[in-house]
Amino acid sequence: MIPRIYIPGDSGALALGAEKVAKAIEKELADRGIEAKIVRNGSRGAYFLEPMVEVATTDKGRVAYGPVKPSDVKSLFDSGFLTGGHHKRWLGAPDKIPFLARQTRLTFARCGLINPLSLDHYKAHGGLKGLQNAVAMAPAEIVKQVAESGLRGRGGAGFPTGIKWKTVLDTTADKKYIVCNADEGDSATFADRMIMEGDPFVLIEGMAIAGVATGATKGFVYIRSEYPHAVAMMQKAVDVAREAGLLGVNVLGSPNAFDMEIRVGAGAYVCGEETSLLNSLEGKRGVVRAKPPLPAIQGLFGKPTVINNVISLASVPIIMDKGAAFYKDFGMGRSRGTIPIQIAGNVRYGGLFEAAFGMTLGEIVDDIGGGTATGRPVKAVQVGGPLGAYFPRALFDTPFDYEAFAARDGLIGHAGITVFDDTADMLKQARFAMEFCAIESCGKCTPCRIGSTRGVETIDKIARGIEPEKQIELVTDLCNTMKFGSLCALGGFTPYPVMSAINHFRDDFKPAPVAEAAE
Amino acid sequence: MTMQPASTEITSRTAAIIQELKGLEGPLLPILHGIQEEFGHVPQDALPVIAEALNISKAEVHGVVTFYHDYRSHPAGRHVLKLCQAEACQSMGSDAIAAKLKQLLGIGFHETARDGSVTLEPVYCLGLCACAPSAMLDGEVIGRLDDEKLDEIVAEVRS
Repeated sequence: MIPRIYIPGDSGALALGAEKVAKAIEKELADRGIEAKIVRNGSRGAYFLEPMVEVATTDKGRVAYGPVKPSDVKSLFDSGFLTGGHHKRWLGAPDKIPFLARQTRLTFARCGLINPLSLDHYKAHGGLKGLQNAVAMAPAEIVKQVAESGLRGRGGAGFPTGIKWKTVLDTTADKKYIVCNADEGDSATFADRMIMEGDPFVLIEGMAIAGVATGATKGFVYIRSEYPHAVAMMQKAVDVAREAGLLGVNVLGSPNAFDMEIRVGAGAYVCGEETSLLNSLEGKRGVVRAKPPLPAIQGLFGKPTVINNVISLASVPIIMDKGAAFYKDFGMGRSRGTIPIQIAGNVRYGGLFEAAFGMTLGEIVDDIGGGTATGRPVKAVQVGGPLGAYFPRALFDTPFDYEAFAARDGLIGHAGITVFDDTADMLKQARFAMEFCAIESCGKCTPCRIGSTRGVETIDKIARGIEPEKQIELVTDLCNTMKFGSLCALGGFTPYPVMSAINHFRDDFKPAPVAEAAE
Repeated sequence: MTMQPASTEITSRTAAIIQELKGLEGPLLPILHGIQEEFGHVPQDALPVIAEALNISKAEVHGVVTFYHDYRSHPAGRHVLKLCQAEACQSMGSDAIAAKLKQLLGIGFHETARDGSVTLEPVYCLGLCACAPSAMLDGEVIGRLDDEKLDEIVAEVRS
C-alpha cells in the first residue's frame, strides 16, 4: 500500500509554515525514492500543534506529529514516521490528543480528517445523507426538523433558524434565495474559515437543504476578501458539486433545482450585518437596512431570502441525517446542540473546540486553553468578538449559553474568545472598541456614526485625567444611546466591550498616578 | 514609477471586464474586483464606463467604490503587507509589532514606501487568531510574528 501523508492546507497551518513542511516532505520522498500520496486536509483546529502532519498506517490507523518544522522532516523519515515510528514530535492517534478527544464534533466531524475536495471522502464519512433524506421529504417537514432541533443562528444573534426558514417557505414569490453569511470579521473567530477550507461540502449540502426546504433555487456565499484561501476552496468545491449533480437543475436527481455562486466582500466589517450584506451583494454600499421588512420576506433583490451564518448552515446536514432529537439532546436550556468555541489571543492551547453548550468560561479558558501563552495571569477575556463584553475571572463560572451570557451583560456572538493577560490596559481596549466602530460604521444612523467618534474623544479625556468621573458618566449615557438607538449590532453592541471594561476594570479608568502626572 | 495606462486603454479594458461579468446578479462588486485586479487600483476613468454599462449614475458607482476599504484610488506598492490590529492580535502585542514594522519600513499605515516597494495596511482580522499576531504579505499568511519573522518580511519586500 502506498503511504498516505496528511499535511493541512488550512490557512492557520499555512501561517505556521505548513507549505514549507510539505515541500520538505516532498523533497525527502523524492530523495529517498519513496512513493507516497500527500493529501492536503483541513485543520483539526489544534493550532498549538500546527503544522500537524498525519500518516495513515496499516496497523495503527492515523498517527499525528506536530508541530512539525521543516528541519524535523529528515529525522521524521529516519524514525520511520511513515509507519508511525516514534519521534520527538510524535503525538499518537489524533483522536486521542486530549484537546481533540474532549470535543463533541458534530459540525466539524470531518474537518481536518478528509481531503476537502474529495466527494468520495465526504460520502465515506457520512456526507450527503442529510440532503438525501431532505429530497425525499416535504419542505414543511424539513423546516419542522430544523425548528425542532433547536438550532439557533451561530453568527451571533442566536435567532431560531427554523423560524427564518418557515417564514421564507410560507412567503410566495417567483424567486427565493439562500444567502450564506461568510463575512466572518469578528476577531477571535475562525470557525467559518476552517469549515470552508476543511469541509466545504458540508456548507454546500446545508445550503442545498435550505433551498429544498424553502423553495429557493439560488444561493450565494458572501466570503470576506481577507480569506483568499477559503474563497478558492469554496469555488473549487462548488465546481466539483455541480459536476457531481449535487447542484444544478436536479439536486441529487430530485426535481429540486438549486445552484450557487461564491461572492467576495471588499473589506467592510459592517457587511457581516445581514441587511448590509444583502445590499453589498446587490452591488450597493454596504449600508444597513431598517427592519421590517425582514429579509425572510423582502431580502436579496426584494425576494424572500434565508440568510444564515456558515456554521448554522453547516450544522443542518447532521440534523437532517441523525434527526432533530439527536441534535437537540446536546446543550443546555434554550441553547441546543454544539457550538464551535474558538479559543484565541494570548492563550497556551489556542484553537477550535466544538462542544455542547453548557461548559463554563473558566473550564474553557483554564482547562482547555491552559491559561495564557505568556504564562502571566489572565486579566480579561473578550467573548463574542469586537462587540462582545470583557469578562473578568469573577465571571468565569458563566456557562456557555446564550441566555446565561445575556444575563451578565455579555454575549456569545460567534463564540470567539480572546484571552488577555494582566498587561492589558482595559481603557485602551474600551477606546479601541469605539475607534473600531467609528472606522467601520456604515454611517446610516447617528448614534453609531457620531457616537463612536465622541466615545473615542471622551475616553481620551479619561486617559488624560480630565474630570474622569464626569467622563465616565458621559460614556455611560452615550453607550445607552448607542445601545438603544442604533440600527444594527455594530453601534448597538459596541457598548458591551466599553461598559464591561468600565464596570469590571474600573482601576484602569482612574487618573494616572501623581508621579507620572507631575513629570 | 508605475506606468499609468492612458484613459482610452482604461476604457477598453474596463469594458472587456464589464462584458464578462455583466450577466451576474448584482454585478458591481465583481466588476470592481475585476478592475482592481486588472489595474491594481480602480482608476477614476473606469467609473463612467461602469455607470453607463450598468445604467446607474456615476455618483452611485463612486459611492460604492469609496464605501469599501479594499478598493484603491491609487496603485499600491510592489508588495502589500497587511498587519492585523484586531483584539486577538492586540493581546499578543500587535501594537509593538506595528510600531517596529513602521520603523523598519519607514512608513505608516496606508502609506507606500518611496521606492514603491511596499504598501503597509492595517487589517481587522485574518482569522488567524489562535496564532497571533498575524499578517498577510501579498496574499500569503504569516502567524506568530516575532522579530525574526519581521526581519524576513522586510528582507523580502526590499529584495
